[in-house]
Amino acid sequence: MIYLLYLLVYGFLATAALGLFLSWVDRKVTARVQYRVGPPLLQPLYDVVKLMGKENLIPAGASRLAFVSAPLIGFSSVVVVSALLWSNNLNPSQSFMGDWIVVIYLLTIPSISIIMGGFASKNPLASLGASREMKLLIAYELPFILAALVPVINSGGSLRLGEILTWQAEAGATATNLSGIIALLVMIPTIQAKLALVPFDIPEAETEIVEGPMVEYSGTGLALFKLMKNMLLFVIPFFATILFLDGITFQGIHILWGALKIVVLVALVTVIRNTNPRVRIDQALRFFWGPVTLLAVAAVVLAYLGL
Amino acid sequence: MGKRTVVPIGPFHPLQEEPEFFTLTVEGERVVDIDVRIGYNHRGIEKLSERKNFDQSTFVIERICGICSTSHPFAYTRAVEDVFPMEVPERAKYIRTIIAEGERIHSHLLWAGLAGHFLGYNTVFMWVWKLREEILDVMEILSGNRNNYAMFKPGGVRRDIQEEDIGPALAKIESILPTMDMLIAAIKDDPVIHARTKGVGVLSEEAAINFSALGPTSRASGVSRDVRVDSPYGVYDRVDWDMIVTENGDVYDKVVVRMLETIESARIMVQCLSNLPPGEIDANIESVPPGDGIGHIEAPRGETFHFVRSDGTNRPVRHKVRAPTFMNLPTFKSTVVGETVSDATIILAAIDPCYCCTERVAVRDDKGKKIYSGTDLVELSRKKTERIMSRMGIR
Repeated sequence: MIYLLYLLVYGFLATAALGLFLSWVDRKVTARVQYRVGPPLLQPLYDVVKLMGKENLIPAGASRLAFVSAPLIGFSSVVVVSALLWSNNLNPSQSFMGDWIVVIYLLTIPSISIIMGGFASKNPLASLGASREMKLLIAYELPFILAALVPVINSGGSLRLGEILTWQAEAGATATNLSGIIALLVMIPTIQAKLALVPFDIPEAETEIVEGPMVEYSGTGLALFKLMKNMLLFVIPFFATILFLDGITFQGIHILWGALKIVVLVALVTVIRNTNPRVRIDQALRFFWGPVTLLAVAAVVLAYLGL
Repeated sequence: MGKRTVVPIGPFHPLQEEPEFFTLTVEGERVVDIDVRIGYNHRGIEKLSERKNFDQSTFVIERICGICSTSHPFAYTRAVEDVFPMEVPERAKYIRTIIAEGERIHSHLLWAGLAGHFLGYNTVFMWVWKLREEILDVMEILSGNRNNYAMFKPGGVRRDIQEEDIGPALAKIESILPTMDMLIAAIKDDPVIHARTKGVGVLSEEAAINFSALGPTSRASGVSRDVRVDSPYGVYDRVDWDMIVTENGDVYDKVVVRMLETIESARIMVQCLSNLPPGEIDANIESVPPGDGIGHIEAPRGETFHFVRSDGTNRPVRHKVRAPTFMNLPTFKSTVVGETVSDATIILAAIDPCYCCTERVAVRDDKGKKIYSGTDLVELSRKKTERIMSRMGIR
């Protein structure tokens, strides 16, 4: 029962609420940067609720099962991964061996669900977007894993997020080490790419391929995808906070401190997306496999040397 | 050879606000062929213009393009004046030049904002458009309208620029110049913009000449072609300004040419406003004699060409419009082919296309096949002319 509680209350409700709030922060900051007023606080929620009430259309010739199940798969994986992160953060002793690996795996599933939905919808723009998403996934996943490996090495080779957290509580946050700082620097562009935000919104490029894989989605399917993206806006910075910034401690003033970490990460992501144009997929691939991976490898080597 | 698929851009696509249809044939992400189809929004402006008198037509013509709304009346009034031929009063020439250059600034800024949007750089989009508001304010001070100024009429201008308005307008222009300089520097410095636009969609000088590209599209390719220099009108031969020409022909150069041209336009505006001579603003033409007239001016997108035939009544019997996009559109064959789909959108946007100004009739059957080719239409037109002539008893 306790797991069901984690799944429903933390995995879904808390994450969705925080994700929608952070997406409002993102939109508001963007608007202010661009001399606009920006949406009211509940606008992201209104958007999702409105989409829920719209008609579901399945394009003729699409693979129905894959088309319908893709948003469900992506959404449920985000719920599971956020429940895992919450339970680790609330009670570090509760984690199981290798949950680091599970989280990394589950975090790729949203991208895979988008690829699946894009290819299932039998639309040239969606297929193009899906193939771009695939290339982007291949591009950023390697530095992402390498960067996530640094705290594991620092904390003495533990693949439990709980142990990484307890180690950080004793020895200070990972990002206070040289290797931790470099790994966090690597993490930021990969977060950008995982969230598919400018300059790495290549799969969805509105002015090129009209939201790519999402082009045929409507109603609940689109709402689930949007909600999934909003939740990822919380989940991925949360994961980075656990790995590098000592997680969030739920005691008194520490909650504010923890919230600040996440909001700062999201604000950073927002600023990056507002000060760059979109790059091409080949440029993204060269960027991630070149300098970013080199930096990540350097961070791993430094971590091994104990720096 | 890989598998070829077709990526449609249009007829409704967030890339551009007008209906247009590009069929990109792609192998993977690489474009191997492009077909452009317009004609979704034919508005019959030429025919409309033939049913109104010379003064009324100016207002219709102004609505050909919402962005370069002054370039068409400018070319049209010059075509009507060419029928006489006649000169307009000095002050009118100055006012015409001021309005045309103000329009060039706002048009280029509008394009620069859109280009940022196409690259996913929405901050540039919003910032540039905020800057554009200022120049629209200047136009409102000078003409009373933010757009569609209704300043032109055959023989002069419709509305004078008041003495007390010149000071505020000049102050406003001076106040936005530093921001424009900053913007140009920012665009020239941004490494990601360089990565996205340099060497992309190159239109070689030879291709620019062969396609008869016009305006900034040709000047970015090293072809120094500008009606303001080649056949001066207004007061362009009397003010101090430079024609901006760059060599590379890629999207980056097209951005740079347009951005630098806004500075030149501001220079022209400042000089004209400071040296505005006193006098009449209208030659008060009574009637237009029979004859043909052509008028061409440098619109923000290139040369706009108008032909007017008068038979001595108060209406043009034939009015022919050629918008610059008509000449710039075919350059896609040279620029887009061989690039990726990601780059195709910004290359398509780089000529600053204006499809609704360019719309031509295309007669198709219900399967989309063309019924009349160009030759057929010419043939039909000849037959009609002969019919009219025989009815009028000329032959």
